Amino acid sequence: MPGDLKREAIAIAVVTGALILVLPLIIGTYTLTVLAVYGMLGLSLGLIWGFGGILCFGQAAFFGLGAYAYAISAINIGESTIPMLLAVLVPAVFAVLLGAMMFYGRLNDVYLGVITLVVTLILFKVINSTAGPQYMIGNARLGGFNGIPGFQTLNVPGKPDAYIWGDSYFYVCAVLLGFVYLLVTVLLRSSFGRIAVGIRENEVRMSLMGYDVRARKTVMFAIGAAIAGLAGGLFANWAEIVTPNLFSLSQSAEIIIWCIVGGLGTRLGPVLGAAGLAYLKFLLGQQALVDNALVTGLILVLFVLLLPKGVVPALSGLWRVSVGRRPPGRIRRRRRSRHRERLHG
Amino acid sequence: MDLYVVVLVEMLYGVASLILISAGLAIVFGMIKVINLAHGEFMMMGGYATITAVNLGVNVFVAMLLIAPVVVGLIGLVVERLVIRHLYGRLIDTMLATWGLSLFFIGLATMVFGNTTTGISTPIPGFAIGDYQVNGYNFFIIVVSALLLVAMLAVLKGTRAGLVARGTMQRPDMAAALGYSPDRVYMATFFCGSALSGLAGAILAPLVGLVPTSGGAYIAKAFITVIAGGPSLVAGLFASAGFFGAVNQIFTFAISPVIGEVALLVAAVVLLRILPQGVTGTFFKGRL
Amino acid sequence: MSLNRRTFLSSAAAVASASMLPRAAMAADSIKLGSILDTSGIFDAYGTPMDMAMRLAVNEINTAGGLLGMQVEVVAYDTQSDMALYSQYGQQLTRQDEVDVVHGGILSASREAIRQTMRKTRTLYFYNVLYEGGVCDRNIFINGVTPAQQVEALVPYAMGKSGKSVYILAADYNYGQITARWIQKFVADNGGETVGVDFFPLDVSDFGSTIAKIQTVGPDLVIAPLVGGAHLSFFRQWAAAGMKDRIPLASTTMGVGNEHKVLTPEEGNGIMVAYNYSQELDTPANNAFKERWSASYGDSSLIHEIAVSNYQGVMTWAEAVRQAGSLDREAVIAALETGLSIGGPAGTVTVDPKTHHAVLDVHIMEIEDQGMRVIETLPQRQPIDTQAVCDLQANPDDNTQYEIQI
Repeated sequence: MPGDLKREAIAIAVVTGALILVLPLIIGTYTLTVLAVYGMLGLSLGLIWGFGGILCFGQAAFFGLGAYAYAISAINIGESTIPMLLAVLVPAVFAVLLGAMMFYGRLNDVYLGVITLVVTLILFKVINSTAGPQYMIGNARLGGFNGIPGFQTLNVPGKPDAYIWGDSYFYVCAVLLGFVYLLVTVLLRSSFGRIAVGIRENEVRMSLMGYDVRARKTVMFAIGAAIAGLAGGLFANWAEIVTPNLFSLSQSAEIIIWCIVGGLGTRLGPVLGAAGLAYLKFLLGQQALVDNALVTGLILVLFVLLLPKGVVPALSGLWRVSVGRRPPGRIRRRRRSRHRERLHG
Repeated sequence: MDLYVVVLVEMLYGVASLILISAGLAIVFGMIKVINLAHGEFMMMGGYATITAVNLGVNVFVAMLLIAPVVVGLIGLVVERLVIRHLYGRLIDTMLATWGLSLFFIGLATMVFGNTTTGISTPIPGFAIGDYQVNGYNFFIIVVSALLLVAMLAVLKGTRAGLVARGTMQRPDMAAALGYSPDRVYMATFFCGSALSGLAGAILAPLVGLVPTSGGAYIAKAFITVIAGGPSLVAGLFASAGFFGAVNQIFTFAISPVIGEVALLVAAVVLLRILPQGVTGTFFKGRL
Repeated sequence: MSLNRRTFLSSAAAVASASMLPRAAMAADSIKLGSILDTSGIFDAYGTPMDMAMRLAVNEINTAGGLLGMQVEVVAYDTQSDMALYSQYGQQLTRQDEVDVVHGGILSASREAIRQTMRKTRTLYFYNVLYEGGVCDRNIFINGVTPAQQVEALVPYAMGKSGKSVYILAADYNYGQITARWIQKFVADNGGETVGVDFFPLDVSDFGSTIAKIQTVGPDLVIAPLVGGAHLSFFRQWAAAGMKDRIPLASTTMGVGNEHKVLTPEEGNGIMVAYNYSQELDTPANNAFKERWSASYGDSSLIHEIAVSNYQGVMTWAEAVRQAGSLDREAVIAALETGLSIGGPAGTVTVDPKTHHAVLDVHIMEIEDQGMRVIETLPQRQPIDTQAVCDLQANPDDNTQYEIQI
């Protein structure tokens, strides 16, 4: 097993490295940066939903919290290292509280979805109504609908004047995405990850076997939130402005769509789904022939009807059929197919 | 004194409008377990259907109560046949598909009706309660919502069609064995749900400025109301709409509309934390 | 580095603008005008006519022989009412398309999202929308009306017609917040009293409780800087409750997106507004403009205040390029700072060198039968609010949005 992990780690590093070198030749690094950030955000939901079985309608809440935590603390501190850490910590702590509230209350399925959705809406409405000058945190004015512009962006730790931006910022984001992907891989291979998948499959059985399901789900939820928060912090640095739209319902819905289109229960699927769909949205904005919403909507409907499992599972299925070789990781595949039945059953 | 009457009327109106915007979703979700994220867009289309009909010279009440539900119901029928039919039992996939549909309809409405705000004026004049002027149309909405609840209860409990529908929802195989095609029952249910969405959109149209993206404002509220209501269709809808509507209006009057909205959402979180299966999952179990 | 991409983009832009531009526009030697507007999503009622106005202006410039002997090419992006896309396309326009000028941004939030990018990349930027005032940045030129031009004219007129106590209902973002403070200031300056201020997020569409609240206070006048489709409900519910004939209404935004054409005459008549433009302006310039618009788009009913602002913005820029004889940013800014003026559909527009804002005609109007009847024209008003805090001649490096302090 460790050998297997090592091989996978090398594969991740090689693929990440290759993509970092090749992609900038095709797409501008500024756009690529946000695709990497969205990829990380997709991965965060892909982890807790696809492997933890927690359907979170409010992943955007953690994304937005990360971005706001970064922006507010960056204005107050004037240096980016601690704000970046806060961008990870604040959403994680918030997720622990929210998760404990939900999982210890034995909320499940669609009820869980509603609570997370509602919490996102509350954050959105509260942040949205802070336009007045009386809403300040330290030196940072919350700004309501307009958001917070003009905060310190990422710098070399300890040197507030050495900004990391442009191409180098893309490298930072891409490497971080590869790193997070590796972390998720390690996590899923650990006993924690295997038990998490067990909980997804049959919660009652796992708790009867003596595992503390509630605590484990809370931790899983917090890990997902931490990744989403990191993505939020990186997004804030990229956009150089944070707005309440980060918390919006459509942002949450988009993350869910990325996961389904990419393929639930895979690690690669949500990343690809996020990057692909975000790039599509970007391309659509450059033409004026058809209404963008119409095209996006049509694509989604056709996707569900024709390719319901998502791109990555469909492609790997195709690969298996055409090459006729069972790739490593049989156990995972078997689990995934059973998971699919549950979703559809 | 007059103020209290006004607050009471506004509260009833708040409850009634929640019932109205949630009814279509409640039927579709409660009976065939499809979360229709295009619900808001169905309402938007109901509004456009009404406005178009009124501009063509149709009486406004005919347009609202008859034309809009039928038009949107038929659109729902087409959607059911083309898309939803293939996805029964796949909760997550229906969400993705209906989200796609909602975007599609927004785009379509933008291309057909343009993006400028449209609307019709309210057909009922305002009147005075003591020193206060209130919107007379509020009473119309309260009456329609009450009738709607009664009608839903009557159809589901008192008619053969309702019985067949309920039976099919519980045991489709058994209903099929008795000679009722579940496929057709689902189709009819989706038609009714869509028609109710259209009705809601039509009735609210004179109060708001309508744009193709108007639907987005309703979907979250409707979704929360329906889920918090729990498994019983009518009782759940009534209970959760009553609770949320009252909370919303009390805080709106006491503080501000934003706090009213936030209070509604906080109430939803607290309610679901205490009653994880929705209101009727705990009380009124097994009723409609 | 991104040669492929750039070729792709210019072809995409060509497709987008093919319908409007003569074929010569695609010649290699062209001037690039970047446009960044919401032409889909919830703000497209503002953005789409602005886009049409921009294309009309560019088309007219090109038909008249272009600028400096070159055709103007449009590179337009639709931000889909998503503030994040503003940053993205702002970068795209400045770093990859390397446009010569950017016109665009609608909400103040969108302007603030791209203003710093434009400044950093030294790309001249025009923001052509009425707004809350106070932006002081040498790289930006603004030709919409500010509160001092609009509110200062509207408040005394409205108070003269009603009375001294005023209730304010404003949209809850920086435009509404700052405008509400300006209204309070001018109400006090005119010897009146503000008896209530309420702010509403852009998605609030139920005003029943607010209408009851206003009645408990009983003001003489309601001033409503409300924004967007949801807020339009207020005017409708106000009329439905029968309040219209009891307390007069004034607004600083009603009609900017042609909202007054949606309200019936019974709902809209009598609402007092003040703008730079109205379709009902009976001047030769406006009538000719409406004809040219109809010739291009078939129907002139979509024209609104900020579409005309956008048209005038493009024309101002074009005039500056002509006078400078160059596309160089410094030369164009210098030309603009000479106090250059153009004659637009809404009258003369003069650049104020001190603030980079515009000196404009403002018309006090009342809504009448879905049109705006001009009651009084105040010619060539200065942006005195911004002038009080901003002097780019003295401090060319200023980069702040000043706010009024009360």
